[in-house]
Amino acid sequence: MDFQLSDEHRMVQQMVREFAEREIRPVIKEHDRAQKPIPWLFERMAALGLLGICIPVKYGGAGMDYISLGLACEELERVDSSLRVVMSVHVALNSLSLLQWGTEEQKQRYLVPQAKGEKIAAYALTEPGAGSDAAAIRTTARRQGDVYILNGEKTWISLADLADHFLVIAKTDPEKGHRGMSAFIVERSFPGVKTGTIHGKLGVRAGNTGWIVFENTPVPVENRLGEEGEGFYIAMAALDNGRYTVAAGATGLIRACLEASVKYANERMTFGRRIGEHQLVQEMIAKMAASYEIARLLYLRAGWMKNMGIRNTRETSLAKWFATEAAVQAALDAIQIHGAYGYSDEYDVERYLRNAKGEVIYEGTSQIHTPAGGIRPGLSQGSPPAL
Amino acid sequence: MHIVVPIKQTPDTTAVLTVDASGRISWGDAPLIVNPWDEFAIEESLRLKEKFGGKVTVITLGPESAKEALKQAVAMGCDEAILLHDPAFEGSDAVVTATILAAAIRKLGAVDLVFMGKESVDGNSAQVPPALARRLGWPLLAYVGKIREIDPAGRTIVVERILEEGRQVVRAPLPAVLSAMQMNEPRYPSFMGIRKAARMQIPVWTAVDLGLAPEQVGAAASAARWPVVFAPPKQEVQCEFIQGESPEEIARLLVDRLLAEKVL
Amino acid sequence: MSHVWVWLEQFQGKIPSIVWETMGVARRLADVLGTGVTAVWIGGAIANQAEEAIAMGADIVQVVEHPALADFRFEPYLAVMTHLAKEGTPQAILIGSTARGRELAGGLAAELGTATLVDALEVSIEDGRIVVIRPIYEGKLFARTYVERSPAIVTIRGRAFPKPDPDPGRKGEIRRVSIELDPLAFPTEVLEWIQETEGEISLNEARIVVGGGRGVGGPEGFEPLRELARALGAALGATRAVVDAGWIPYKYQVGQTGKTISPDLYIACGISGAIQHLSGLRGVKVIVAINKDPEAPIFKVARYGVVDDLFKIVPALTAELRRRGLAKG
Repeated sequence: MDFQLSDEHRMVQQMVREFAEREIRPVIKEHDRAQKPIPWLFERMAALGLLGICIPVKYGGAGMDYISLGLACEELERVDSSLRVVMSVHVALNSLSLLQWGTEEQKQRYLVPQAKGEKIAAYALTEPGAGSDAAAIRTTARRQGDVYILNGEKTWISLADLADHFLVIAKTDPEKGHRGMSAFIVERSFPGVKTGTIHGKLGVRAGNTGWIVFENTPVPVENRLGEEGEGFYIAMAALDNGRYTVAAGATGLIRACLEASVKYANERMTFGRRIGEHQLVQEMIAKMAASYEIARLLYLRAGWMKNMGIRNTRETSLAKWFATEAAVQAALDAIQIHGAYGYSDEYDVERYLRNAKGEVIYEGTSQIHTPAGGIRPGLSQGSPPAL
Repeated sequence: MHIVVPIKQTPDTTAVLTVDASGRISWGDAPLIVNPWDEFAIEESLRLKEKFGGKVTVITLGPESAKEALKQAVAMGCDEAILLHDPAFEGSDAVVTATILAAAIRKLGAVDLVFMGKESVDGNSAQVPPALARRLGWPLLAYVGKIREIDPAGRTIVVERILEEGRQVVRAPLPAVLSAMQMNEPRYPSFMGIRKAARMQIPVWTAVDLGLAPEQVGAAASAARWPVVFAPPKQEVQCEFIQGESPEEIARLLVDRLLAEKVL
Repeated sequence: MSHVWVWLEQFQGKIPSIVWETMGVARRLADVLGTGVTAVWIGGAIANQAEEAIAMGADIVQVVEHPALADFRFEPYLAVMTHLAKEGTPQAILIGSTARGRELAGGLAAELGTATLVDALEVSIEDGRIVVIRPIYEGKLFARTYVERSPAIVTIRGRAFPKPDPDPGRKGEIRRVSIELDPLAFPTEVLEWIQETEGEISLNEARIVVGGGRGVGGPEGFEPLRELARALGAALGATRAVVDAGWIPYKYQVGQTGKTISPDLYIACGISGAIQHLSGLRGVKVIVAINKDPEAPIFKVARYGVVDDLFKIVPALTAELRRRGLAKG
């Protein structure tokens, strides 16, 4: 047993931390306020290799492991959740699915440019009437010779307006429930693809979220990922990876709350004492510190299992549930410690709370991930609103 | 071209430093980093390698744990790394550090350029580059803000040195010792570099390896003494916020204060 | 008893203030030690500052003129200093802590087998030994240091010591020293000089500095700051963020990887106060911060704060100085 990061992992952590601190931290507040994504973000993340971090070198990636992916997500979300969302959607939900299920031709055509960051990818499962219950989706894909014709609407899709490629889950056989679902690689340029932005989100305001409509969109048969009827399993496997990145990211968010609180508690004076000397404040900070450690151990264990190829749905689910719930609590406590200042956007902690709240909803609501819910087969793999 | 970059591992510049009763300096859990000035030298050396070919060797004088800094440099793209470590080196001042570095550079054989940061963010002395140039007997080009040209065949280099009043453009023969100002944007380590660095076995050279006798190194050989380190007296500044009905009123009140402080 | 030496750094025939500040320190040390001050002038043409050096406190001025010494070059200047020091056995060599000064100091320490104490903020004599307090870790800590061998080489931080008042009646001796220099022994050539501070007050010597950060919004945002700097006879400074953004050249950068300044007054406009910037401000007496964000860390080190739009306050400040006849230009 070894609880120390290897040199490799330590350097990944340091590199991503420096990038987020140096390039994102100074500008994130203005982008969050303006609800505008950072325009040069993908270009910079691509240049650093982040957009293909755990994709093999032969597919244009950086060839790192799942622990590196997790550490990167933790460091990115420590600065802002919108950065980690890019990793969740582009890397975990989409690219890793292509890696796992794609044919060699699909990998060359789609995965390679995605891993290099030349193309941006998103994941389209959630619909207006199907959130945590994936089998209830209504988007259809009808086979017509060499193409499938897609019709339907996806919503709450992260990067909807910015992505070039979408991994779309649709019903090829609506009669068969979750066994009648299939997965497709859809390009934005295909006929009948329309996207739009969802405005007025509570959190992740520097990130793009939107809807996609398919209107008689022809998708070539060779763009079907996996076999017909495998869509549900592909979607669920993708979520195992997506949730892992959310767990790691939420861990970073807890750390951000902890760091902000410690700093503030050491500076701010009330009744002639630093507020950090008050026991109740100390207790809130101690709880944050403990949640951070627990969340970190949980996601790193899940990452280790992924590296080993061990089935980890339950462990990932637990890590996601704990880290996101703890992140909300940590953000609430951080605001409490900051008092009135924490209630205004002069400080970062209110942004942390708004961002944290989304995490207990997307990629499986907490109600689905609680140990009670999480271990029930089927339900544990219930589909959340995708990012 | 073979470029040698001597670097130093230093506490992060944002670290809060404390000194305990026995004079030991602590930076809490702040990370150790590559001296930021040295990063400019690393970046510039990597650019020269990309342009002219050759290799970049990074060396450091420090404890076993300074290998982390060397690995960081390798992850950025340096080709080889050597740690200069020996208990006898402890307590070396700038001149003796230069003596040790010079011995290591000579041992490396054909070297065209030594490139380092203009100073370290811990010692802040800027004394190693000039002392090293003397120990090697090579020209010193300190405070370089820009490399104008290198003629590998004619073995000359032209640089702009940043001095107080402006830039001095200087040509010198190679090999030479350069020290870097903020002259570029140092790159992040690449994932490929990180993997290479993580697997690299870094050789350790001791005083014996460098052909240095114990009396030539460490505190014994050093003339500088720094027995006491202390936190500077805290200047308690209470900020007085100037408020007024209009910018004009604020300006008037502020000028009143500054006149009273006798700083105008 | 052997003298305390001072190097008279000069640029285009002008000796900067830091050299006279250094002379003041040397004079004080020499008086305590009961010895004299020797100043060394090195250059290519006739020195006309030798008299001035005596008025400022030197007892002996050694003047070395040689065509090879026209421009400052490390190797020939070092060769001259080393030669003189070996002949004259000074007990200390004091040098202004400039770029050239620190190079020369490091070279001398190596050649003479001694050591340099850089950036002295306090210099005293204890048990007959020169003891220096100097900043380390970007000024976060101080070290009490001394040199075990002779001569101690000390560089003096600019604006840390007063510039002495000249005494035209002081008597001293000017010695012209001729040294054989083989120009071929020093193959480094100065090709060109690019003046960057013409008509500007240098950051290092300024009594007042007006600094701009991200809050100025863009290159044109520095205009009101320039205007204020002109009115105050101040130098202009900037943070790394705006230098990196290309809004203003590097020579204006204050802080870690930029210049360390110690003016009496620093007016920080739209500067949040990152620790890397603050580390360049440790010698400042009074900081005024103008920033829209009341939580900006700069207010923690500022003596006076204005929470408002700098584009309103800065022009108002310039106008107020002009109105009261306090403006320089």
